[in-house]
Amino acid sequence: METTQTMTEKTAQPSAWQRFNPGRILLEGRAFFALITIIVVFSLLSPHYFTVSNFLTMSSHVAIFGLLSVGMLMVILTGGIDLSVGSVLAVSGVFAGFLMQGVEIESAGVILYPPVWAVAVLTIAFGAFIGAINGVLVAIFKVPAFVATLGMLYVARGVALLMTNGLTFNNLEGSTALGNTGFDWLGFNRIAGVPIGVIILALVSLVAALLLSRTAFGRWLYATGGNYRAAELSGVPTRRVTISVYVFSGICAAIAGIVLSSQLTSAGPTAGFTYELTAIAGVVIGGAALAGGRGTVRGTLLGAFVIGFLADGLVIIGVSEYWQQVFTGAVIVLAVLLNSLEYGGRRKT
Amino acid sequence: MGENVVLAARHIAKSFGGVQALKGVNFDVHAGQVTTLFGENGAGKSTLMKILSGVIQPTAGEILLDGQPVEFESTTDAARHGVSIIHQELSLAPNLSVRDNIFLGREIPGTGGVDYAEETRQTRALMDDLEEAIDPLAPVGSLRLGQQQIVEIARALSVNSRILIMDEPTSALSASEVEVLFGVIRELKARGVSIVYISHHLEEALQVTDQAVVLRDGSMVASAPREEVDLPWIVQKMVGSHFDLGTPPPLNRDADPVLEIRDLSIRMEAAGGKAVNDLNLSVRPGEIVCIYGLMGAGRTELLECLAGRIPAEGGQILMRGEDISDMTIPERIDNGLVLVPEDRQRDGLVQTMSVGENLSLASILDFCRRAFVSDRLERGIVDRAIKEVTVKTDGPDAPVTSLSGGNQQKVVIGKMLATSPSVMLLDEPSRGIDVGAKGEVFRLLAQHAEDGLAVIYSTSEVEECIAIAHRIIVMNRGRIAAEFSNDITREEIMAASGEAVIA
Repeated sequence: METTQTMTEKTAQPSAWQRFNPGRILLEGRAFFALITIIVVFSLLSPHYFTVSNFLTMSSHVAIFGLLSVGMLMVILTGGIDLSVGSVLAVSGVFAGFLMQGVEIESAGVILYPPVWAVAVLTIAFGAFIGAINGVLVAIFKVPAFVATLGMLYVARGVALLMTNGLTFNNLEGSTALGNTGFDWLGFNRIAGVPIGVIILALVSLVAALLLSRTAFGRWLYATGGNYRAAELSGVPTRRVTISVYVFSGICAAIAGIVLSSQLTSAGPTAGFTYELTAIAGVVIGGAALAGGRGTVRGTLLGAFVIGFLADGLVIIGVSEYWQQVFTGAVIVLAVLLNSLEYGGRRKT
Repeated sequence: MGENVVLAARHIAKSFGGVQALKGVNFDVHAGQVTTLFGENGAGKSTLMKILSGVIQPTAGEILLDGQPVEFESTTDAARHGVSIIHQELSLAPNLSVRDNIFLGREIPGTGGVDYAEETRQTRALMDDLEEAIDPLAPVGSLRLGQQQIVEIARALSVNSRILIMDEPTSALSASEVEVLFGVIRELKARGVSIVYISHHLEEALQVTDQAVVLRDGSMVASAPREEVDLPWIVQKMVGSHFDLGTPPPLNRDADPVLEIRDLSIRMEAAGGKAVNDLNLSVRPGEIVCIYGLMGAGRTELLECLAGRIPAEGGQILMRGEDISDMTIPERIDNGLVLVPEDRQRDGLVQTMSVGENLSLASILDFCRRAFVSDRLERGIVDRAIKEVTVKTDGPDAPVTSLSGGNQQKVVIGKMLATSPSVMLLDEPSRGIDVGAKGEVFRLLAQHAEDGLAVIYSTSEVEECIAIAHRIIVMNRGRIAAEFSNDITREEIMAASGEAVIA
């Protein structure tokens, strides 16, 4: 009697048992535990690490990568990849800088100085436009995402260099007389002590999280990445979804470009070099599957913070830049290894 | 039986999960003869052949090779014992040459790498033996299907196979290629090679058969030498008396057609020709139409074209009189036309999602409030769907991959039913599901037809045609070869499909 009862209990609740499996918890919450570990270790190693001001500084560094990662997550969820975000960041920053210098309309003989809000809106539209080109290439012309965005990586970087002749826009302050001051507000101001960049990351993440978890579009996105053909036959507008995620990624890169130029008060064509790889690393550490269909905004943010806090921690304790690269690389590979453990194990059952 | 039996299966049983595919089968392969295995889909033919060739291992029973018990742990293991299988889908690398395919994985070493000259020589010798003029250096992808089949046979012979298992070797071949293949088979017999042959083309298969064996529902029901068998005998043994799949629901024959297909043509994907040729069909609300046909008859192309997956070359598709030929898939779904695809894993399910998310995927816009999905409405639809199509699951949040084949199929059907369609197309809805689930699926369709849903399903199993269909359309090479009402006999359907006659 007793034995049969335990038998049925065991068979009836396999999922409950799994939920209390500590190994499982460690695996699923790995980005979170990695972040805690990083904070604890560096706090022990350096007295400067565990301070409010340091966390805020590190967070505003993370904001740049985080924005790119959230955009990248949307693309990776559909099974694609966006290698152009670093270049789009740069060309957007340069575009913003260019607008701040004033746009000369020769025929009318005037120079227009758009206000800062207009500069931001135009730059974001510019990023969206570049993303749309990527999206159309991938969704309509069936160019593999890797190739299409690799091409854009070069083109966007080249355009950025052409626009400035390889130089950097240093004067982004504007002037009161022209009514275009305030560009540095994004990079330097704080609301309730929190850097504006971090607040922007929070807002963009919130929008992305709502899109993914609460809207039909989000469901379509997961379905497109999970099984494109099945999604298509279920009436999911797979092409529109695909184009949209690249547009979203372009917008995120443009916002990151504006925030970075504002933080640096300069817009250079070489900004954001190899940032696309950092962004991908954040998404992967956050548990998303590169094959598409799996991943969350929460995980991706954790991934971005893991990379950012690790890099800054290594700087603070004085580890050489060469070793920083070794550590970052090891963390990325470890994350992917754990991903394949999680998803590989599930697929077999 | 006696001494000329080279390979024998004794009391072989095999279960997949709860389904018993083979129930203690005895099967003999005679030396230098063609033993043909007859049976409907799901009778267990392929399972038995996979066991004999080491692809899978039996749950019980033993295999005797020359009277000695053997265990094949893999296909390479079986090949070492001289048993090779040629699958329905060829396993050649199309980008490599004939020679490289034949010696793939066991290249002949020479000075400084592979001895290509020797490989080429041996390949040429093999082709000469088979009396086939195939260039050893030609890429396999450039060969016709029939020639690729010969390459596959040559590969098996090159490892000294004494027993060759051929699973549906003629299904994609033209009539003249079939003749060539049969010539090769006779040649092989003369050299003492034993052949196990499986085919749906009954009369064609009888041309080369020496020993006939019939499987039904995982048991061997008959076995006899060629002299003692004829076509009706085989069909009768194959079909037997079957599980009841239901009866057609009452139908209002005066209703206006909901779906009309006019002069529809579809180009074939590979090299020229038409997959569907000037096809006309109209279907009334509540009517159940079965499309029967062999592989390559154009059934899948027809259904995928109706659903909007592949473009039509010409003709019209009308829903309630409105032309939907240029509409996208979502627009067709809005118009009430939905498809349950043939390949569940590839086209039906999103494996990364839960049961509930799969069920609600096609109808998700119906339960959005403003921009957001309403959890309450979604849960309601999902719970209803799970109950209605009787999905056995731990709950809506269970991963869809945790379900059995039959329940996965019900999820795909439930997903499309949730869009309240007026015409439902199903491509081989019974593929890969057990008999019990099959009955449930057909009853579900009959039940919705009674409420006015028009159903078109395709099948390659005769029994399923007669079950619930009001009308049976037999397709052969892209055309409607015959149309029957449901008082037809199995033999007539099979004859019209080209199954019983050589094409």
